[in-house]
Amino acid sequence: MADKEIPQGGGFLLGPTDPAAAFVPEEFSDEHKMILTTTADFVAGDIVPMDEQIEAKDHAVVKKLMASAGELGLLGSDVPEEFGGLGLDKISTACITEEIGKSGSFAVAQGAHTGIGTLPIVYYGNKEQKEKYLPDLAAGTKIAAYGLTEAGAGSDAVGGCRTKAVLSEDGKHYILNGEKMFITNGGWAETFIVFAKIDNAEFSAFIVERDFPGVSTGAEEHKMGINGSSTTTVILEDAQVPVENLLYEKGKGATIAMNVLNIGRYKLGCAAIGGAKGALTQSAKFAKDRSQFGMPIAEFGAIQEKLAKMAAKIYAAESSIFRSVGLIDAGLEGISHDDPEYGAKASAAIREYAVECSIDKVLGSEVLDYVVDECVQIHGGYGYVSEYPAERAYRDARINRIFEGTNEINRMTIPGELLKRAMKGKLPLMAAGQKLLGEIMEYSPLMVELPDEPLAYEAHMAEMAKKAVIFVAGLAAQTYMQKLIHQQEILMRVADMVIESFAMESCVLRAKKAIDALGEEKAQVYMDMTKAYMDEVLPQMLIWANESLAAMSEGDDLRTMMIGARKLLKYQPANGVALRRAVAARVLDKNGYPLSY
Amino acid sequence: MNIVVCIKQVPDTESVIKIAGDGKSIDTGDIKWVMNPYDEFGVEEALRIVKDQGGEVTVVGAGPARVVEALRTALAMGADKAVHIQDDDLYGADPIAVAKMLAKAIEPLSPDVVFFGQRAVDDDSGVVSSAVAEYLGMPQLSVITKLEIADGKVKGTRPIEGQTVVLEASLPAVISAQKGLNEPRYASLPGIMKAKKKPLETKTPADLGAERSDFIEIATLNPPPDRAPGKTVEGETAQELAANLAKLLKEEAKVI
Ligand SMILES: Cc1cc2nc3c(=O)[nH]c(=O)nc-3n(C[C@H](O)[C@H](O)[C@H](O)COP(=O)(O)OP(=O)(O)OC[C@H]3O[C@@H](n4cnc5c(N)ncnc54)[C@H](O)[C@@H]3O)c2cc1C
Ligand SMILES: Cc1cc2nc3c(=O)[nH]c(=O)nc-3n(C[C@H](O)[C@H](O)[C@H](O)COP(=O)(O)OP(=O)(O)OC[C@H]3O[C@@H](n4cnc5c(N)ncnc54)[C@H](O)[C@@H]3O)c2cc1C
Repeated sequence: MADKEIPQGGGFLLGPTDPAAAFVPEEFSDEHKMILTTTADFVAGDIVPMDEQIEAKDHAVVKKLMASAGELGLLGSDVPEEFGGLGLDKISTACITEEIGKSGSFAVAQGAHTGIGTLPIVYYGNKEQKEKYLPDLAAGTKIAAYGLTEAGAGSDAVGGCRTKAVLSEDGKHYILNGEKMFITNGGWAETFIVFAKIDNAEFSAFIVERDFPGVSTGAEEHKMGINGSSTTTVILEDAQVPVENLLYEKGKGATIAMNVLNIGRYKLGCAAIGGAKGALTQSAKFAKDRSQFGMPIAEFGAIQEKLAKMAAKIYAAESSIFRSVGLIDAGLEGISHDDPEYGAKASAAIREYAVECSIDKVLGSEVLDYVVDECVQIHGGYGYVSEYPAERAYRDARINRIFEGTNEINRMTIPGELLKRAMKGKLPLMAAGQKLLGEIMEYSPLMVELPDEPLAYEAHMAEMAKKAVIFVAGLAAQTYMQKLIHQQEILMRVADMVIESFAMESCVLRAKKAIDALGEEKAQVYMDMTKAYMDEVLPQMLIWANESLAAMSEGDDLRTMMIGARKLLKYQPANGVALRRAVAARVLDKNGYPLSY
Repeated sequence: MNIVVCIKQVPDTESVIKIAGDGKSIDTGDIKWVMNPYDEFGVEEALRIVKDQGGEVTVVGAGPARVVEALRTALAMGADKAVHIQDDDLYGADPIAVAKMLAKAIEPLSPDVVFFGQRAVDDDSGVVSSAVAEYLGMPQLSVITKLEIADGKVKGTRPIEGQTVVLEASLPAVISAQKGLNEPRYASLPGIMKAKKKPLETKTPADLGAERSDFIEIATLNPPPDRAPGKTVEGETAQELAANLAKLLKEEAKVI
């Protein structure tokens, strides 16, 4: 994407996106495809056979598998070459993450290690720190963890932080006291990124080794799912951390935490798609094998509709997430690992897409939960017992809506970031809102003339959905001004509208590219999934808009606003039944997600 | 040691195979293509030999452009270079025609050892390796699960009905690999990135001076018959159930 203009973060709301600027999985390079295959083979060949030991938290087995993953390069894609990694693009990491996402608990251990455990050093470590820690982490000979959360500091991780750091009298150590909670890999990690306040004020990050005096970990939590992952407290009792293990700068902990979380968020989305595809495969196979009333349940429309909805949602999440990762790669292009300002520049480039990262997190985790829930349902009673993988997939999935920022926190980030950028004049959303208010009286959905080409209506509706976002968000900003932050119910709905606008446009862009590349006939399933997805979402957009408007206004004003929303989101329903039957036929034919690379 | 490994690209065994409209070929639209699993044993063995004894591994594959993916996978596993014989029309051809082309490509490489998989999982013909051995005038050790190479000689073990036979020949020789020979490695990510820069030469049959001569062609392909629905054995008591089961096994399944 070198010579194309890179879209701004959140900029998609302002108008149509150039398809060339939207990466799609069909554009994977040969290397990306081989990375997918290697990771899939590793999961099937090495992880799945050890499932029982992993679920029993057999430390030795998990450590050995992490080392094998390291040997294959599955832990070093984001680590620069000079520190023992591969320094690959983010699409490569996304490919690894998606395939590892099919490995249940191991995915959580691998994800925390390569993501929040390793990346703070990659982006914010100095040369000595990188040299000392990264080679072992990339090789998987040492395992990393990330300690931000405390009993009193969850979503409010910075404000609630009680862990203290004080410089020792001789100035050689920081003495840390406090307790971190829910730390993934806690039971077996050697390296911890720990956040603490220096002198109760400056929120900062430290690299803490398990062997430092005063460091210990607590008992394993008993969890609903991902039982093969380790989750413990990290206890710091006069822990002695050498001063050179301060990460980045004093008082810059929040920068590290937030930027690393941005990456964690889209990566969580990638892993979620992998998990969801796995559950769809289980569902399709079971539906074909299970007969009731004299025929396979796959032949019943009610089951087919489920399979089709699952596939269309995965398609929407996958299209959105890979599009975001493509944006991030484009933003990172030209920033060299050798640049002394690498960390600051790279995290600024990623931060540009904070809205997209939150979209990926919410969409990925909620699509996954929808899919595993329907997977259980398709399995009937067999979905509820542990003999079949559906039951565990259902439990394992649930955590994704909680960690890496709860979905509420991520939803709040979406309008929050957009409004911040609008206020700063970075994103001309206010002007777009004013323009829209000027036009809307004249606008009539009946007058719209569409080009005679496939998906013209869907492309148009995706644009109208964005206008509806600007309309509702603009009116909310006007109504509440600075106090909008206290209207969380409206913010949640605006977030949902933003998420779905991005998702619908991502579906359309990808299907259009597929038509260009393959022709209409072969791109049929892309078009069907796009239409089926939009057919479900568009009516919901109007409900969110109306609920928001009803909360902020009344009487004639409200009526006028609602007429505006109705005009913008006027939608002629498709034959959703026929579309979903067509998609289901493909799912059953392919024994799962109908697209492959 | 100069080693050649021949690689066929075949449909992934997970792919759903459909017969094309002509009734003689498969519908390739939805297929995921992979390296023939038996060929992976050959690649792995070659890499191990070269690691111990030095030398070079060249992989050779024939077929349409997509075959390059399988060759790249072998390069990513660690092979040094690749030769692709590009012929869009070769998939499903007479194995003898394929063997002729491979022999033409292998000859100038003057290998000490040529590896094949003992069969390809798609057409199961199992002919190509022997035909190539014949065209190259080399001895062949087929269906090998254990291999030793030393002092210009090769010793290979083949399992036969619970026993083994040990074969010996002098180099150069053709070996066809059987499951059990080794545990093929995955293509590592560093390997994948290095493979990009390794030499991959494309040749046409004309470049090789090879002419297509098919003696046989596929007449028809038939899908497996639909699986008959299961049958519930009727009966009230254990004796009745057992008797009815025995009857079904004898009369319908005809297995006892
Ligand atoms: C299995 C597991 C692994 C984990 N791994 C790690 C790890 O490796 N490292 C680490 O540092 N942490 C980790 N965590 C912690 C995780 O990130 C937190 O649980 C999460 O951030 C939520 O914090 P909390 O549990 O304190 O919930 P709270 O923050 O108390 O949230 C409770 C509820 O209130 C809502 N809420 C909170 N604030 C607001 C608000 N301002 N507006 C509206 N709603 C709000 C939340 O959305 C949620 O629904 C892990 C947790 C689990 C369960
Ligand atoms: C914890 C537990 C306790 C139970 N307790 C009892 C008990 O005490 N006594 C007892 O007798 N049973 C009990 N059951 C069995 C339970 O009632 C069945 O599991 C349930 O009726 C579903 O049947 P099934 O599991 O065979 O699923 P199936 O009938 O095979 O259904 C699989 C899927 O196909 C769908 N489906 C099936 N037929 C059709 C159709 N015609 N059209 C569209 N969709 C269709 C189903 O809705 C489901 O989504 C229990 C099950 C569990 C898990």
